Amino acid sequence: MATPENKLAFEGGWSYDPAPESTDHIRVKKRYGLFIGGDFVAPEKGRYFDTINPASEEKLARVAAADAADVDKAVKAARKAYSGAWGRMKAKERGKYIYRIARIMQERAREFAAIESLDGGKPIRESRDVDVPLAAAHFFYYAGWADKLEYAFPGRRARPLGVAGQVIPWNFPLLMAAWKLAPALACGNTAVLKPAETTPLTAMKLAEVIADADLPPGVVNIVTGAGETGAAVVTHPGVDKVAFTGSTNVGRIIQKALAGTNKKYTLELGGKAANIIFADAAIDQAVEGIVNGIFFNQGHVCCAGSRLFVQESVADQVIQKLKDRMETLIVGDPMDKNTDIGAINSSMQLEKIQSYLEIGQQEGGTMYQSSCPVPEQGYWCRPTIFTGVSQSNRVVQEEIFGPVLAIQTFRTFSEAVSKANNTPYGLSGGVWTDKGAKIFKITQSMRAGVVWANTFNKFDPTSPFGGYKESGVGREGGLHGLGAYVRLGT
Amino acid sequence: MSLTAVKTSTALPDLSRVSAVDEVGVNERVARFQSRSIKKASKVEALKLILSMIDLTTLEGQDTPGKVRQLCQKAIHLHDAMPGLPHVAAVCVYPNMVSVANEALEGHDINIASVATAFPSGMSSLQVKLDDTRMAVEAGANEIDMVISRGAFLAGKYSYVFDEIVAVKEACGDAHLKVILETGELGTLDRVRRASVLAMHAGADFIKTSTGKIQPAATMQVTLVMLQAIRDYYYETGRMVGMKPAGGISTAKLAVHYLVMLRETLGNAWMTPEWFRFGASSLANDVLMQLMKQSTGVYQSADYFSKD
Repeated sequence: MATPENKLAFEGGWSYDPAPESTDHIRVKKRYGLFIGGDFVAPEKGRYFDTINPASEEKLARVAAADAADVDKAVKAARKAYSGAWGRMKAKERGKYIYRIARIMQERAREFAAIESLDGGKPIRESRDVDVPLAAAHFFYYAGWADKLEYAFPGRRARPLGVAGQVIPWNFPLLMAAWKLAPALACGNTAVLKPAETTPLTAMKLAEVIADADLPPGVVNIVTGAGETGAAVVTHPGVDKVAFTGSTNVGRIIQKALAGTNKKYTLELGGKAANIIFADAAIDQAVEGIVNGIFFNQGHVCCAGSRLFVQESVADQVIQKLKDRMETLIVGDPMDKNTDIGAINSSMQLEKIQSYLEIGQQEGGTMYQSSCPVPEQGYWCRPTIFTGVSQSNRVVQEEIFGPVLAIQTFRTFSEAVSKANNTPYGLSGGVWTDKGAKIFKITQSMRAGVVWANTFNKFDPTSPFGGYKESGVGREGGLHGLGAYVRLGT
Repeated sequence: MSLTAVKTSTALPDLSRVSAVDEVGVNERVARFQSRSIKKASKVEALKLILSMIDLTTLEGQDTPGKVRQLCQKAIHLHDAMPGLPHVAAVCVYPNMVSVANEALEGHDINIASVATAFPSGMSSLQVKLDDTRMAVEAGANEIDMVISRGAFLAGKYSYVFDEIVAVKEACGDAHLKVILETGELGTLDRVRRASVLAMHAGADFIKTSTGKIQPAATMQVTLVMLQAIRDYYYETGRMVGMKPAGGISTAKLAVHYLVMLRETLGNAWMTPEWFRFGASSLANDVLMQLMKQSTGVYQSADYFSKD
């Protein structure tokens, strides 16, 4: 295949001038308090922390660090709203408020997208085309369920649980807030939401939207802070339901903390998804699927297709095409409309990724990275693939949460299935083949919550999402997502 | 498989081994090209490159020598009000107009492309097609745009289609051969890909989407599939094959998206008129209008650009 005389050339030549998204229209305050009881209030101890732009390492704003006393205030405000205005409100009226949030979010979509990219490092193309529209879609979808719960659970009476304590990650800050809040509110609960430490800004903007939508005070409370704040939310005795998205390690700690309590919980944790390409697949589209699977959002995706299995007879071809495709990926300023891969979310995450690049090479894997230039300031990682690795390599076994793909080959159907399932995780998977029957056969044998066929990383509010094994407990999204926020009775 | 063996072979390849194409995936990839934002200097560079890649075309039953001479004049003088513009790559006419174009373009470095082989339907005997080709070449055409026999292709008579291309290629002599697949009549992207592979193995110097007489003509989807076929053929044999989308590309913005697709699929080597052409009649003026906008900051009326 690849020889010096038939290698494609992507360096130099015609290239794209910078096309930065304007930031004139966004409003970010210098300092944000906690959103409790419908107002922005200062934290009890007056502590704040910086949130920075990972692409420039510049400070964007100061954000309150909530401690246990602040969390207690938030939970009490949520309880008061639950037993007050929100709890007494007719379901149809509740739905109207949620629709209102969705519409305001759409109206301010450009601002949300720009802030999401500034604070989190993801390319504006993704925050504009994926994160923000999907977040609004979740509110729209669950708004519709608010007065139709009797149809969601026929013959049963669905009652809200009370106060939901929700802790979300930094990879899809606004979208995860929507995943958590929309079904909670639709079912009649109130909420205390804790955004991730490195990406609190769009949650603060969401607080403004919620205030503008005129929700009764205390229905949604947003407390910012690091791990301790999250722990205070999860362990607060006034919380009836815990929803967490994040690492498997923290998930374990939470599950231990919840043992013996009456709290309901859903945990959406890590993943190491298998993306399986059969020889009869549409190869060029499969290569695109590999790219979307692992390089989407810098690989900061719990359901990323981080383990690639290619049938041996097409492996050379697939890898050559993948390498050529990687050469055309633009790594750089997240605010540039042409950027494909933005900044790594934090210096801590970058260190973790880099340590895995070391480990992968030390274990004998062959590392290949694209040759694109990266900026000097900020946190960056070029798209990376490892070949010559196997099931016993750590880069194959462990979740890296970065743009790093481990490639293995297989010969037979059963070998592919057995390797795909040979992991403690089971969140998602992908299969690429032109043969419909093979799709049905393999999806039945893959132990993963979501399996995409001839596509990858597709999300829709109507579709449930969640994991097997160490990838989590419970489902979010769709009809299933309602179940996590109701108590069923007669 | 040795490279030299493949290069010199003109055997019909096993088309069942051609990779499948997934239409949904193709649409998504095309949408991604279209989301690229091309501004400032990179836009001006692209617009000039597009002008230099145009096959300025007139293929009407009502064509006259006078009309063809007008077209040639436009090919040489795109917009003299703006200095530093390239000229188009070629003019594209019917065989009986080649001598007129040849005279009008005398002394200019603009190629003469002629459609041939019973264009646009290709519904004639091989002998007539070969005579048609030879006539155009003898009259001075240095590029021949042939059509494949779509009926035979759809009926699975691949050898027939293959042999026909081989014969026309031979009749072309030194003239470059562009093979029109007429993708609007092939129906699926899988067939587009197979026809591309067939044409390249039969000796095509260029593969071309459409005659312009059938809708849909060129789309970014079929062009992407053809570019990917060109890339695979290049991986396999080391021989570069050119690409010409034709028909339906009438705006500068769309043409820029084609360039983005070309660059991200085949890389820099193909970004020249030698390897990529736009078959178009009205594209040039829109590109000129955009170039004037880039230099003056305002759009001018369409009446400031000559329509030939």
